[in-house]
Amino acid sequence: MARPAVLRKPLGFVGRYEHKPGAEKNRTHYCPGCGHGILHKLIAEALEDFEITDRAIMISPVGCSVFAYYYFNAGNLQVPHGRAPAVATAVSRANPHAVVMSYQGDGDLAAIGGNHIVQAANRGENIAVFFVNNAIYGMTGGQMAPTTIEGMKTTTTPYGRNPLTDGYPMKISELLDSLHAPVFIARTSLHDPANIRKTRAAVRKAIQYTIEKKGFSLVEVLSMCPSNWKMDAVSSQEWIRDVLIPVFPLGTLRDRGSEAVEMKRPVPTFDPAKVREVLGVGGGKQKALARRRVDPKYADPSIRIAGFGGQGILSAGTAIANVGLEYGYNVSWLPSYGPEMRGGTANCSVKIREGSIGEPEATQPTVVIAMNRPSMEKFEQILKPGGTLIYNSTLIEVEPGRKDVETWAVPITGIADGLGNTKVQSMVAVGAFAGVTGLFGLDDIKGLLPAMFESEAMVLLNEKAVEAGYDYVTGMRR
Amino acid sequence: MGEDRRYPFCEIDQEECKGCGLCVASCPAKVLEIDQGKLNSKGFHPSSYKGQGCLGCGNCFYTCPEPGAVTVYLKGYVPEEVK
Amino acid sequence: MMARKLMKGNYAAVCGAALAGCEAYYGYPITPASEIAEAAAAIFPKLGRTFLQAECETASINMVYGAAGCGKRVMTASSGPGISLKQEGLSYCAGSALPCVVVDVMRGGPGLGNIGPEQGDYNQVVKGGGHGNYRVIVLAPNSCQEMCDLTMLAFELADRYRNPVFVLTDGVIGQMMEAVELPEPVTIFPDKSGWAVRGTADTHHLINSIYLAHDELEWWNNELRKKYEEIEKNEVRFEEYMMDDAEYALIGYGCVSRVLRSAVEEGRSKGAKLGLLRPVTLFPFPSKRISELPDRGVKGILTVELSTGQMVHDVNLALCGKARSDFHYRVGGNLPSAAEILDRVSELYGV
Repeated sequence: MARPAVLRKPLGFVGRYEHKPGAEKNRTHYCPGCGHGILHKLIAEALEDFEITDRAIMISPVGCSVFAYYYFNAGNLQVPHGRAPAVATAVSRANPHAVVMSYQGDGDLAAIGGNHIVQAANRGENIAVFFVNNAIYGMTGGQMAPTTIEGMKTTTTPYGRNPLTDGYPMKISELLDSLHAPVFIARTSLHDPANIRKTRAAVRKAIQYTIEKKGFSLVEVLSMCPSNWKMDAVSSQEWIRDVLIPVFPLGTLRDRGSEAVEMKRPVPTFDPAKVREVLGVGGGKQKALARRRVDPKYADPSIRIAGFGGQGILSAGTAIANVGLEYGYNVSWLPSYGPEMRGGTANCSVKIREGSIGEPEATQPTVVIAMNRPSMEKFEQILKPGGTLIYNSTLIEVEPGRKDVETWAVPITGIADGLGNTKVQSMVAVGAFAGVTGLFGLDDIKGLLPAMFESEAMVLLNEKAVEAGYDYVTGMRR
Repeated sequence: MGEDRRYPFCEIDQEECKGCGLCVASCPAKVLEIDQGKLNSKGFHPSSYKGQGCLGCGNCFYTCPEPGAVTVYLKGYVPEEVK
Repeated sequence: MMARKLMKGNYAAVCGAALAGCEAYYGYPITPASEIAEAAAAIFPKLGRTFLQAECETASINMVYGAAGCGKRVMTASSGPGISLKQEGLSYCAGSALPCVVVDVMRGGPGLGNIGPEQGDYNQVVKGGGHGNYRVIVLAPNSCQEMCDLTMLAFELADRYRNPVFVLTDGVIGQMMEAVELPEPVTIFPDKSGWAVRGTADTHHLINSIYLAHDELEWWNNELRKKYEEIEKNEVRFEEYMMDDAEYALIGYGCVSRVLRSAVEEGRSKGAKLGLLRPVTLFPFPSKRISELPDRGVKGILTVELSTGQMVHDVNLALCGKARSDFHYRVGGNLPSAAEILDRVSELYGV
């Protein structure tokens, strides 16, 4: 790009700062000698030179640069303290063509937003981050920052930063340089014209890489804060040179621009046909299975299935609910969830009703399927008088306590084991439930298995399991 | 600006200037100074160009924190009015 | 009938979001809401839409802020502890008038509590748990079908009012499965080019909640308040069951309302004239309808919550002392049974 024959306010700035309250629309809100304005100018110049003001989006943080949006000729979002990298992440993904920049100070980026910057860098978000390190909190009036150097007096380290109580100055660029994803990381300074020009080059590189969708860039800029350092502007530059740089060495820590490949983001579709296909919407009328005549005592069952985790308790319930649905009943399935899923006991409630279902928990079940002894002992207690208890006699060696209920001792685990796989005990239980209640027909269940299991072998095995459970109880009935 | 101005030269918007002095320190030709005899509407002594000797290096432009306070007209600049 | 699919409430919410044109999901896993993130992770990429597991709840709500600021339909989901963390970002979303959808599948608290179903987030969600004067629209589904339908509605209301909308539910509704009939996908979306930042020359807008001048911030708060009044006027939703001749009204939302429905049926079968009033919107709250209950011959009102007294304050405000108001609750992950409710009704009202 040819340099213009005049160095003037870049077009990356708006002409008048209309968002700035009050009458003064031509001057920034920054203190005399503050480095923010210099960095702003370098960014604004790049926006103009790269001809990207149209598609530039600036994220303004909290801190002195909270009002960055007054100045930049771009789309602007002002965001909560420290969250700029998170917001920038979504803005970049929402607008992959845009050039998204986040501007943050040291409190914002390194303290309250510390995790966000690390994670955004680690994801390699396609954003340019401008990180102003002036070793102090500016907007709130000179408190300690994560980058405050050892011994430095601030309003919250009135005796000087003591590493033993306050920690050491954080070297963000070095920290981020330990990650795989970032493309460009540099630390520069504003302490003299030569270094301002190096900052200019780094700013332009970061923006260039963002335009090229190469991923995450960060430029850490050591910057003057004369007001809170309690120095004049020129002394502030000298202080950076003599005191700050020895702690925060300058240089390009990483430049992988030549290796980085252009990032591709997916293009969202709202095509109704595609949405329907992915969600499985519609598919025309669904023909319900012909209802079977059911003994009234088994109609509208409220079912509790319980056992060890790993016995397929939840999947047995799911299968029963699914089959019930195919007959056109209203169904609900409610699991016990959480730690119980991770070993220990599991139980679920299934309701199958002609009418609408109120409480989904089977608090007073009409059918209990108990797969182990603790489950039988627990849930037979709440079984409705006259209800049905199907229990796994392979693992439950005691008789049920309740005498006012119908009991079915079915060696569910044993039957499954006989089929060569105890994992199918849940489907043995489903077969037994169907056989006892007469609610489902054996062939109807078998017809639904291909939709429930992926491989043909599993369909065949589960067919055998359902059949074995069903046959066992119907044999008992005979 | 006067027709007789010789390029390059530097122009300070004294209303925008906050008198921080960074441009003065950055100028290798020492042709900028804080005008102690003048106060702008914000009460700052603004920077001013001595009128000659600008090298057109741009140091003052890049060092000035105010976006529009410093303008540097380089050699080859053609003012709008004569284009 | 149309094809009905058995699915979890959490899954249904994601289907609703996909159908409503939600373009991005940003979230962090937490029981009992994690299936929402898992379903979005499975479904959204197939539609070219964004799923991102954020580093934390704070990040996820700020990602929502970002996407919403770009005019995208966007959502997140969590449960109590995560919602607490999101409150900062929610206040910013409300303050910047950004439409977004948050699903809260409530669990037991306070603190880490447990993962059982509870309704202890009522105050922090319905009253606007973040800083400043703002409200969020709160929809309270009580079935898997409604998890889908009300999530779709949430996106519509969010855009209509440029405001965050909550789908507030509990572990029961999130974790249970029921048959869901998925509606047709939304194909017409509102034009947001007047305010959203899109990275184009004509969308150099500003998304912001800063109003430095006191008068300006007062003006903005007044604007927001007007919007909330408009919402209260237009968007009250509730469901009544057997209320026409009810002498005793049971009030509850979410999974509680289902227990109450069972209690109404059982009570009626024993001759007790019970009815159910179920708020579907918690903000705006059906205050007017509740205030009318005494004039409709209702002699006793029993509010039931899975919290130790949160919604009941809104019921009492609506009643203004005009009728007897009672309260029953279970917490800690426990649910009341219909039988327990009937015992309580009998104890209170002698029916």
